[in-house]
Amino acid sequence: MTPGRTEAEVVLRLDGITKRFGALTANDAVSLTLRRGEVVALLGENGAGKTTLMNILFGHYVADAGEVEVFGQPLPPGNPRAALASGVGMVHQHFTLAGNLTVLDNIRLGTEGLWSRSYGGAREKVERLSRDFGLAVHPDAKVGRLSVGERQRVEILKALYRDARVLILDEPTAVLTPQESEALFATLRKATALGLSVIFISHKLHEVMAIADRCVVLRHGRVVGEVDTHATDKGALAALMVGGELSLPRAEAREPGAVLLRLEGVSTPGRGAAPGLQAVTLELRAGQITGLAGVSGNGQAALAEIVGGLALPASGRILVKDTPVTRWTPGEALARGVARIPEDRHHQGSIADFDLTENAVLEAYRTRFSQRGWMNWRAARGFAEEIISRYDVRCPGPSTRIRLLSGGNMQKLILGRAMAGGPKAVGPTIILANQPVRGLDVGAIAYVQGQLIAARDRGAAVLLISEDLDEIMGLSDVIHVMSEGRLSPAFARGTMAARDLGLWMAGQKFEDAHAA
Amino acid sequence: MRLEPIANPSPVRRLGLPVLALVATLGVAMLLALVAGANPFAVLGQIATGALGSRLAVLETLNRATPLIFTGLAVAVAFRAKLWNIGAEAQLYAGAIMAVVLGTGALGSPWVLPVSALAAMLGGAALLLGPVLLKTRLGVDEVVTTLLLNFIMLLFVSYLLEGPMKDPGGMGWPKSTPLIPEARLPRIVDGLRLHWGFALAILAAVVVWVIQTRTTLGFEIRAVGQNPEAARFAGMPVNVVLVKTALLSGGLAALAGWSEVAGLKGHLSSDLSPGFGYTGIIVAMLALLHPLGVVVTAIFVAGIFVGSDAMSRAAGVPTYIADMLLATALLFMVLAILLTKVRVVRG
Repeated sequence: MTPGRTEAEVVLRLDGITKRFGALTANDAVSLTLRRGEVVALLGENGAGKTTLMNILFGHYVADAGEVEVFGQPLPPGNPRAALASGVGMVHQHFTLAGNLTVLDNIRLGTEGLWSRSYGGAREKVERLSRDFGLAVHPDAKVGRLSVGERQRVEILKALYRDARVLILDEPTAVLTPQESEALFATLRKATALGLSVIFISHKLHEVMAIADRCVVLRHGRVVGEVDTHATDKGALAALMVGGELSLPRAEAREPGAVLLRLEGVSTPGRGAAPGLQAVTLELRAGQITGLAGVSGNGQAALAEIVGGLALPASGRILVKDTPVTRWTPGEALARGVARIPEDRHHQGSIADFDLTENAVLEAYRTRFSQRGWMNWRAARGFAEEIISRYDVRCPGPSTRIRLLSGGNMQKLILGRAMAGGPKAVGPTIILANQPVRGLDVGAIAYVQGQLIAARDRGAAVLLISEDLDEIMGLSDVIHVMSEGRLSPAFARGTMAARDLGLWMAGQKFEDAHAA
Repeated sequence: MRLEPIANPSPVRRLGLPVLALVATLGVAMLLALVAGANPFAVLGQIATGALGSRLAVLETLNRATPLIFTGLAVAVAFRAKLWNIGAEAQLYAGAIMAVVLGTGALGSPWVLPVSALAAMLGGAALLLGPVLLKTRLGVDEVVTTLLLNFIMLLFVSYLLEGPMKDPGGMGWPKSTPLIPEARLPRIVDGLRLHWGFALAILAAVVVWVIQTRTTLGFEIRAVGQNPEAARFAGMPVNVVLVKTALLSGGLAALAGWSEVAGLKGHLSSDLSPGFGYTGIIVAMLALLHPLGVVVTAIFVAGIFVGSDAMSRAAGVPTYIADMLLATALLFMVLAILLTKVRVVRG
């Protein structure tokens, strides 16, 4: 903000931070410096490694390599207490407040002895901080009664009360109204004027442009760019965020067939912070992969529930092959040839303590593996063995509990189960693949994606939901973008630059389209 | 201190810990006997001989085990689907009432026994239908509703015994009109006290086991209990499965009351069950919800009760030791089961 800030003292230095989770490298030699009085934005798509990096800084995770220095002192790894003591305060995306306690008690929690009932100067300090930083909130109000914006103020006050000199805000505006966001920005400006430093994690471009001095862009766990916000624009940031160097489509274009599934003006109520669908109209055609891009939590889950039979629209219609459906349940969707690869394979796609045989027949046990209520376990086991060999599921055998499998092998079993549904010779006609390769290693990714392309080539209509733009652009014949429950028009393969997709994802283009 | 899950527990852990739990239970029992001023080894010995030391003792133990097998199965079936039926006591009384309603002359032989058994099961099932519908429709906690129904049912039984079912020849005792001979369960062997209810209980355990392992309903019950979200996603009618589970569970618990009235007592009284419904929870938990295991643990629990009665007369140690024993056995077993799944890590 001030011209002299490059000379300002370095308050925080991350040096070569690397963190792996199994096959996934969440942070790859990430370095970052933060100076006194500065706001640095950490920009990146979901899964780019922003939150992991901050959790390492705050001591929730221990890095595999790299160092953290606060005010010139190295920070011991894996010790949130040390991070707090050194003046680092974190405001999490999901608040960590006790709803049945007052604001003052929440702020004091963890700083006073267990039995101390004296408030000492706590009230005065909180009142002074809320005056200085423009954080209006009554100290005696019960936190449970506060609005989301007020609760965030309490979180920030909590950090300031502990004398934080470095504030880390993880997606702070995700839950705020535009007015509340403005108030938050005003607070941050006051804070930097008073010499505090802020790391602002976000994937919203206009906010980053509005509040940050500098912007560090993360992609697939790596720093791919570091720019001064006054020397760049939203378009350039969007291209950095999603990567300019998108790989070529791996699926050849094909002539699309008939519409197999059609959503007409489908709306659903929102759930908590997650938006519902807003008059979504979507066509899934035979022999076509329809890609759905978007930042997570923008209505993709609601759309997946509709297509998968888990929810009914509040308004609008679902048509399967031009016939409006009246009953729509998971069983009904399965019977009509919808195969589902769920987003959460651990909690939705499988039953952890069931063995592979039991998991393999979860969807078809009534239609194919039982007679008059009696299970045919011999046939079920044969079916599981068939999936295991055809889909290359690495496991000791069909009686293995599925919880012992790696994510990739678990996903292969779920894929095999899904692909075995529908009419016998054809297989499923509509395939819902929700984040089908998230958390998988490279080999499994290629395998799962190859199977989706093969299903398309057989004439299935595939809906691919993913937060990974590379995946969307590489596989999809047409692409839609979701933002806050709204669905963009369809873009044919190759007609859309990553930069434009980024702007649709950030909601910018919806506003433009609305204004025009 | 925190708990860390173990992916694949070793056989030593899985078998050794429950054995250790049993040993620890015996240790506590001996300590209690010592506190009561008796010789701990003598007390344990007297419990054992009291339960199994003679043919009479064994038959008494098996008779006592019969209602516990039924209530244990009822709980095991429901808990397997994570349907927390704490109301086996009430369902037991529903079965007992049906035994009296149909068994005091309303029906003659040869139909009275099968019909009253069926009616008892329907009665118990109906009693659990309300709580399960409240749970699936409105999300009302079934622990509360089934538990409270126990007290309502007990008061209802008292009303029946003071009013419509009062035995005219009962000399003022709160008991019902006695069953006609055709409505009584015969003894398995003439001259011995063991009645056919015990054989029926074993049969019920086998049937439940077959249902759980061989039928689609059993598959659904296990899936819904393990992961209702995945079950729903896979297209299982989760609420329908819960209702079916409730009907089965309520029916099984009702057979406990029916067999006590038709096999043992011959009439209904408000002290028909010394908490068989609640003890069924212990029986089912000790059996790790396995239906065949329920038979074993029910006999074990019945043996402790019967043996403690005998020990109490001989050693002068209060029979409360039986309750203490079961309580500690359950606590140690729950702890042992937990520790087969997780390990305790410092820091």
